[in-house]
Amino acid sequence: MLTYIGRRLVYSFIMLVLVSFVSFIIIELPPGDYLTQKLQELQARGDRSAEMRIEEYRARYGLDKPLMERYWIWISNFIKGDFGESFEYERPVAELLGQRLGMTVILALSTLLVTWVIAIPVGVYSATHQYSTGDQIITTLSFIGLGMPSFLLALLVLFFAVMVLDQDIGGLFSREFADAPWSWAKVWNLLKHLWIPTLIGAVTGTAGLVRIMRGNLLETLGQPFVEAARARGLKNRTVTWKHAVRVAINPLIVILGTEAFPSIIVGNTLMAVVLNLPTIGPLYINALVGQDMYMAGTILVFIVGMIMLGSLLADIALAALDPRIRLE
Amino acid sequence: MEPLVEVKNLNVEFDVRDGIVHAVDGVSFTVHRGRTLGVIGESGCGKSITAKTIMQMVPKPGEITSGEVLFHYRDKYDPEGDIEVINITNLDPDGRRIRKIRGGEIGMIFQEPMSSLTPVYTSGTLIGEALHLHRLVPKTVGEEMAQNIKEYRHVTDEEAREISIEMLRKVGIPKPEQRVDSYAHQLSGGQRQRVMIAIALSCRPAMLIADEPTTALDVSIEAQILDLMADLQETVDMAIMFITHDLGVIAEVADEIVVMYMGKQVETADATELYYNPLHPYTRALLKSIPQIGKRSTQRLASIKGMVPDPFNLPSGCVFHPRCPEYMPGKCDRIVPKWTEVEEGHYARCLLYEEV
Repeated sequence: MLTYIGRRLVYSFIMLVLVSFVSFIIIELPPGDYLTQKLQELQARGDRSAEMRIEEYRARYGLDKPLMERYWIWISNFIKGDFGESFEYERPVAELLGQRLGMTVILALSTLLVTWVIAIPVGVYSATHQYSTGDQIITTLSFIGLGMPSFLLALLVLFFAVMVLDQDIGGLFSREFADAPWSWAKVWNLLKHLWIPTLIGAVTGTAGLVRIMRGNLLETLGQPFVEAARARGLKNRTVTWKHAVRVAINPLIVILGTEAFPSIIVGNTLMAVVLNLPTIGPLYINALVGQDMYMAGTILVFIVGMIMLGSLLADIALAALDPRIRLE
Repeated sequence: MEPLVEVKNLNVEFDVRDGIVHAVDGVSFTVHRGRTLGVIGESGCGKSITAKTIMQMVPKPGEITSGEVLFHYRDKYDPEGDIEVINITNLDPDGRRIRKIRGGEIGMIFQEPMSSLTPVYTSGTLIGEALHLHRLVPKTVGEEMAQNIKEYRHVTDEEAREISIEMLRKVGIPKPEQRVDSYAHQLSGGQRQRVMIAIALSCRPAMLIADEPTTALDVSIEAQILDLMADLQETVDMAIMFITHDLGVIAEVADEIVVMYMGKQVETADATELYYNPLHPYTRALLKSIPQIGKRSTQRLASIKGMVPDPFNLPSGCVFHPRCPEYMPGKCDRIVPKWTEVEEGHYARCLLYEEV
């Protein structure tokens, strides 16, 4: 077990190095760099000293050095916890991410919680009442949820809030609380804002999960051991939850590890952009668009790290939950 | 002979997209206490559905349209008590009453031992689950000396584990103290079926329904399982309803045999009577199709001509007439044969034995 985990961690590390290298090159691929954009911007504004200042920047960020060398500098500092400096904000990436990490995690965890708490029972109901009116309604709703992108839903909610309720629901805090120190009033203000992105995220997440839960459970309910459990005199409810769901839920652990876990960092990015949320998602998009190398690369490495950590955790959890699986 | 389960003129229909299938069509038989009833027929003839109806577990969209299943209930912890006749078809399929009967009074083992055990639980957990539901023990040790112990309580976890190990030993599983903690995937096919039998018998049911219990096992294991069932039946005085499509198997175990074809009961008789004096042409054809040692190898194995008819479009008259070697044109395709007692205790559904 421990050797297995150790081996997986070593593999993950090698993988992370490869991913960081490849992503570094890919971000670098488009012609020009952040400073060429900046230069154009400054020149357009009529800044005469632009060229000179750009050269300064170039030297400061090491952009005049060859690619391999730049990668090496970045990655060796990365390991020490220095992720480089963001061009756009002219502040360390670590600091920028740190500021937003808390809110990002809070939002992601609340969305995950709501999604799973709704999706599992609804999926179970949908499967145990296959083709009933309830199941048809759930199926229809979940197809709408699957088809509706979360940013579109966010736009609709925003539109409704502004036009009908005359309320600004963007962000996670009202203006007066944004920079205020933490207090109960601020927490309450956060909760008042948090439920909107949580719900929007949950709608799309739930829809997919309900379908998966329904499909898995239907397959399991057709297994002979379910009938055998009923023939032993167990209540239908006990048969469903203790025997069928217990077996059908195992594949969902993998989803929890490989999809839900990485989404903690950049889940529902477009929705976050629309709702102007102080989370890492919008930061990531901006960095990619503006070729803000170190910022984009850092977030990408973290995403991949989360995926690998998530799948390792999922595998460990599966081995603990399903006696048929051995970690070898 | 004391009746235990009486099935009377049972009809089960499945209303599916392509039409209505009469999965069980007017089946009647009686299982007696401590005796073995064999039900035989080819795949899809309604034998499993009949068994599930006795458990009030008809799969969707099946429905019992008429007939009854009478269970002669006697409290196993009060052998002096009266017998109460319960009509199982009237019970709520998830109600307390039928759940007491399922597992507690009628145990069931299935065709596929490979997937009949929940994969995430140990055999001990599964046996324990049944024990907690149905097995009672006398309330205190001191009172056990008394003549009439009328008070019982449910088993504790430790007792359940002990009984589980004991049951595993009884069904012939080696090292039961270790196997009680084994999961299904750690057991062989034969062992899994033994665990199924242990689960079913752990609650001392009055009847065991064995739905093709040896079909998925190889022949040597099959013989072991059949021997085991016969041995256990002797020691615990339990009735068995044995469902199979294997005439060789049923000859070994059954006292009485029901032959089914396309949801209809075509013949019922004592096992020996049926083998030596089969009346219905279908039964005769089935018996002829058993390979026999010593026959000349140039001879082809007899088979029943034609195909099993489409269940949505059954032949008129006697459903067997298109395949019957003794088909009487003008009669068999027009008149539906009645259930007739041809000889004492020997029933058949065939126009050969009717005045028409």
